[in-house]
Amino acid sequence: MTPLAIRTKNLVKRYSRDVLAVDGLDLEVRQGECFGLLGPNGAGKTTSIEILEGILRPTSGEVEVLGHAWGKNDRQLRQKIGITLQETRLSEKLTVLETLRLFRSFYQAGIEPEKAIELVDLGEKTRARVGKLSGGQRQRLAVACAIVGDPKLLFLDEPTTGLDPQSRRQIWDILRRFRQEGRTILLTTHYMDEAERLCDRVAIVDHGRVIALGSPSELIASLGGEHVVELAVGDANGNPSRPAGLPSEEELRTLPGVSGVHVNGSEIQLTTSKPHVVLPPLIEKLEGNEGVLAALAIRHASLEDVFVKLTGRHLKEGEASP
Amino acid sequence: MKYRALKELILTRTREFYREPEAVFWVYVFPVLLMGGLGVAFPGDSDKEIRVNVVEGPRAETVATRLSAAKNIRVERVDPETARQRHAAGKVELIVEAADDGYRYLYDPTRTGAEAIKIRVNDLLQSAEGRKDPVATKDVPITETGSRYVDWLIPGILGMNIMGGGMWGLGFVTVDLRMRKLLKRFVATPMRRGEFLFALVASRLFFLIPETVAVLLIGHFLFGLEIRGSVGAVALLSLVGSLAFAGIGLLVASRTDKIETVSGLINLVMLPMWLVSGIFFASERFPDKVQPLIQALPLTQLNNSLRAVILEGRTLSAQWMPLSILAAYGAVSFFAALRIFQWK
Repeated sequence: MTPLAIRTKNLVKRYSRDVLAVDGLDLEVRQGECFGLLGPNGAGKTTSIEILEGILRPTSGEVEVLGHAWGKNDRQLRQKIGITLQETRLSEKLTVLETLRLFRSFYQAGIEPEKAIELVDLGEKTRARVGKLSGGQRQRLAVACAIVGDPKLLFLDEPTTGLDPQSRRQIWDILRRFRQEGRTILLTTHYMDEAERLCDRVAIVDHGRVIALGSPSELIASLGGEHVVELAVGDANGNPSRPAGLPSEEELRTLPGVSGVHVNGSEIQLTTSKPHVVLPPLIEKLEGNEGVLAALAIRHASLEDVFVKLTGRHLKEGEASP
Repeated sequence: MKYRALKELILTRTREFYREPEAVFWVYVFPVLLMGGLGVAFPGDSDKEIRVNVVEGPRAETVATRLSAAKNIRVERVDPETARQRHAAGKVELIVEAADDGYRYLYDPTRTGAEAIKIRVNDLLQSAEGRKDPVATKDVPITETGSRYVDWLIPGILGMNIMGGGMWGLGFVTVDLRMRKLLKRFVATPMRRGEFLFALVASRLFFLIPETVAVLLIGHFLFGLEIRGSVGAVALLSLVGSLAFAGIGLLVASRTDKIETVSGLINLVMLPMWLVSGIFFASERFPDKVQPLIQALPLTQLNNSLRAVILEGRTLSAQWMPLSILAAYGAVSFFAALRIFQWK
């Protein structure tokens, strides 16, 4: 078995009597894997990762990073890890190269600042001021600051939040290359596509606990089917509503081939491995109830569906109120 | 290389400062403007005009003519109401009412120089009426540089700048770094925390040199100020003073994460020193009872020793006491800040 890069046992972080951010977190991250903490905002991801980074102290529980606990020889341990925080505003007056020289100077060993710039594809911006960089470029610079000390373990807190699709892909490419060199990555995200594409294993976190753990494909398979049939029902005019035509959840569950049901207003999501078996009787049922099909789609199941199945909520629900 | 991080941290801070036009303005241009303003208010020569108003009346014309004949007195005849208004606005130092039975002088004795003006005007009017002085006198004005008010003022301005630069420089930057979560980012690296704080304090020295030189050069060329003691002594005093105030600035900012809070705290610390530490007027003006307290303030020590070296030409060996007090302020506040510093 591969040695562990991170191990936590019954980790708890209580901010006050009423606020329990992390509620008994057990994690085992293997060396060389990319591990994702996936969960909605407020799930305790940032608190968890900051405890692992040695920035926050847990209320109780054990943490071991690269075989060491925080609290003694911390500087030695920090030599081997790199981090990006969820929000850091690097000095706008410095250039990219100056910023990386500064970060490089904190580490005994590491890569050349120019090399780090190259790794994150900022070569053209070497002498540009940080204030002139786009959001995506700044985030890549933040990653460069994290890898300039040549870490064995990289922590990234929401590395692509707020970035455009192209910038996100660029970050993913950088992280994949880093991971291919046999190093370990632990990242938090509330984007299920990020977790699916980047992570070897994912822990789905909700209310400070791990509610599911496994590779993205394992987690999706746990739904009992890799397809999701989504349909919306409308009234006679096709307007979305919750008409009498909507079959009950119980009716849907008993349809042949259906392994999971989620009803949200006028929308229905069915998990299945055989959409062609599920569809005909479903449409027949709508006909019988005089419901009108407003939308219909069949897609591959995602980690989002896993989260919905486990919690009854969507990952993005918390997004409106950060 | 052992001190590579320290070097990079100091370099970073220095770059950030010089690339921030506003900071450069307040630290360098502001004192220059202040000195320029003083140049207008206190011109090098002592031929300042006295403004006297004579209230209209039977003998007003006689009085006005007599006073106008004297040097540097501007006389105007006005009605009592206008005279009062002008005096209240500070446009006139003395009002003369000439009645049949004698003169009445209206002035505010608490205003600087008002008493002297009254005496001078009275002397002029009395001798015009035929008063003979029993003893012959002769005026010998001293306009030698080094004893004028402006000479006294410049070291105080220098001290004030050193205080403001250290307090604002460290206080603002620290809180700004904390707000930007950069402090948190830095402590997540193997960086030594003491080294980081020391770099913040030490980088002040790079800003101090041009700042001090600017004030002294303007003092020299605009007001003819001469440094009677050694330049080295002035440099060392400025340096130790700067470290003291940088330390205090760091301590003030060590736990707050709001610019408003830190501004309030800095003003709270500096205000008493502006008043009592001898920037614009001597701290000896305050009662003896509070003198020990005033002397214990770092700016009092800095201003007194700067004046001793610049104006009196005292040697550095006589300044070990203020130097140790300032160094103690710096060291104690630095280590206290390091202990209680909030990094997140």
